[in-house]
Amino acid sequence: MAIRMLLAKIGIDAHDRGIRFIAYTLRDHGMEVIYTGPWQTIDSILKTALEEDVDILGISTLGGDYVLIPKLLQRFKKENVDIPIVVGGIIPTDIEESLKEKGVAAFFHPGTSPESIVETINAVLEARSGSHSRI
Amino acid sequence: MDQKLDFDEALEKWEGSCDASLRKLPTRKKKFATQSGITVKPLYTPKQLSEADDYVEKLGFPGQYPYTRGVYANMYRNRLWTKRLLVGYGAPEDLNERNRMLLAAGETGLNVTGSSVSMRGYDTDQMAEELDRGYVGLYGTPLDSVLDTEISLKDIPIDKVSANYSDQGPFVSTATHFTVAERRGIPLENIAGSTNHADCFSHWISCNMYILFPLDAHVRMTVDLIKWSIHNTRRWHPLSIIGQHYAQNGATPVQELAFTLASGIAHVENCLKAGMDIDEFAPRISGFFDGQISVFELAAKLRAARRMWAYIMKERFRAKDPRSRQLRIHVQTSGVELTRQVPHLNIARVTLQALGAVLGGANSLHTDSWDEAITIPSQESALLALMTQHVISEETGVADTIDPLGGSYYLESLTDNIEQEAWKIIDTIDSLGGMMKVAKEGYVYREISKSVIRDLDETKNHDKIIVGVNEFCQPEEASSFESFKIDPELVDRQIARTKRLRKERDQAKAKTALDELRFIAECSRDGNIFQGVIDAVKVDCTRGEIVRALRDVFGEGKPYADA
Repeated sequence: MAIRMLLAKIGIDAHDRGIRFIAYTLRDHGMEVIYTGPWQTIDSILKTALEEDVDILGISTLGGDYVLIPKLLQRFKKENVDIPIVVGGIIPTDIEESLKEKGVAAFFHPGTSPESIVETINAVLEARSGSHSRI
Repeated sequence: MDQKLDFDEALEKWEGSCDASLRKLPTRKKKFATQSGITVKPLYTPKQLSEADDYVEKLGFPGQYPYTRGVYANMYRNRLWTKRLLVGYGAPEDLNERNRMLLAAGETGLNVTGSSVSMRGYDTDQMAEELDRGYVGLYGTPLDSVLDTEISLKDIPIDKVSANYSDQGPFVSTATHFTVAERRGIPLENIAGSTNHADCFSHWISCNMYILFPLDAHVRMTVDLIKWSIHNTRRWHPLSIIGQHYAQNGATPVQELAFTLASGIAHVENCLKAGMDIDEFAPRISGFFDGQISVFELAAKLRAARRMWAYIMKERFRAKDPRSRQLRIHVQTSGVELTRQVPHLNIARVTLQALGAVLGGANSLHTDSWDEAITIPSQESALLALMTQHVISEETGVADTIDPLGGSYYLESLTDNIEQEAWKIIDTIDSLGGMMKVAKEGYVYREISKSVIRDLDETKNHDKIIVGVNEFCQPEEASSFESFKIDPELVDRQIARTKRLRKERDQAKAKTALDELRFIAECSRDGNIFQGVIDAVKVDCTRGEIVRALRDVFGEGKPYADA
């Protein structure tokens, strides 16, 4: 079964060229991709993730929207939603380290090849359950 | 014995020797093309310049129609371009400090970006409560009220230094700038600068940004700002037609040029519909283009932009005033071309981008800092970016003669090609009903998306090489960087300042101003929204309040992707 991935831009920035790229590329690699568009809130992302029954959530951040990710992680935990979260975009190294400790499964920086993103997503999902088929 | 060859014989001989050499060693690339996909020939010769070309008609002299070689007679020989670095981070105090540092180091104009908090129409305190205080000052400077702008402009002579605000409708930052001038007793006719984000099409389509209201409401606010500016100021440019957003979102240089001019046509038509005379407002329109790294294509794009705008103004809109036909251009070096990998290499990239802009006759220039690809530029890197412009203006000699590449077989041919390709797109947009219509229907967005996908494929296939990214890669650890730290006390102070301002002002006056603004937006046919905004700013209404008042009337905008 194909991996279902929700891609979202959270917060107030709306530069979404990067995540649209990624949506296109992951779809090309056989994934089912849902892209939310910009200006999502923690609530709207949680709702879409549950409604769409996704396997993994990808958050794109450029203009400092990473400040909301700790709250997003907390909320998912509180609601017992066990969907792995990966983050891509402009993320300072110290922020990345603290988010990793809080539970973000992987990070993608500008210039990461699509193949390597797919590989990492597979690895994240396999590490969790081992039940997902590779794409 | 050497025999003198005529042009065609010599050309034929050269072509023969090329073929012979290529049989031994093929070309480096399968295809040579510009970023716009225009085929690049192995050599440009007088053959490419048509004999029918009339120098005066196509190039003209600097300061003369069609302004291909520049809008001013002397260009950089008596006045360099304005060196204008985009600044926006921290609190208004930080903005002030950075701008004073840059001005002391030879910057000649201000370029302010409000915070993303402001751009979404929030006041700082409201954002801190509703979302997260971590946002404050991370991405632009919050300018909640005239008080913030006053602080950001402390000890800066705004009657001598022009200011450019990344300011979207309802143009609160612009209103605060004028109000600061008034409080300082400076006549508005002495205030120069521009409202750089009044071109709502470019924002909406390209970056889903700065759209607080539905597009039609933004169009009205833009027209009102233009109307207000021509009556109340002499040197303020209320509308900059923006290609940079399209380009940063993935448009090729040709697409960028075409979409920008098509947006310009739509804004002009809107102003004419509102009863303004072309020569009354057209001189106040300026252009803002992306400074991409393909040096020749950038120079050619700016030259083509001036020529095409002059033509549009003269032939399409029958503008008589020469100033209506002159497109003054601001360039911002391309941020998406900078890389996180080997980040210091971005200094070289910015230098080349800036060189292309100067060779293209830009009138104003922002140079990115090398660390802009990864974080808010440090003081040191911003200074380096500014001083890169000094190297170009003072050391290279490229500013010593006007349009130094003019007459180059390649550049002139490329300028012609870019122009021809851009006209095709403009004709298509015209035939589809104009920019307002195609923007809403998704044509521009789809065309840009195609270019983005092509770019992605080319990068993947190594047809396009990005040094340090898909070739010549270096070990990853070189690119670790720390987050930009905002002083938490400044955040506290900023939040407290806005709260206090709202509490201590004359409440009756503030309420009246907001009611009046709502009234103008809702029922007044000849009221000017920008006048309403200024009146509200003067009595210390905040950005969030002004945006909310207008949203009561117009409703909320949607990101392009949803619309």
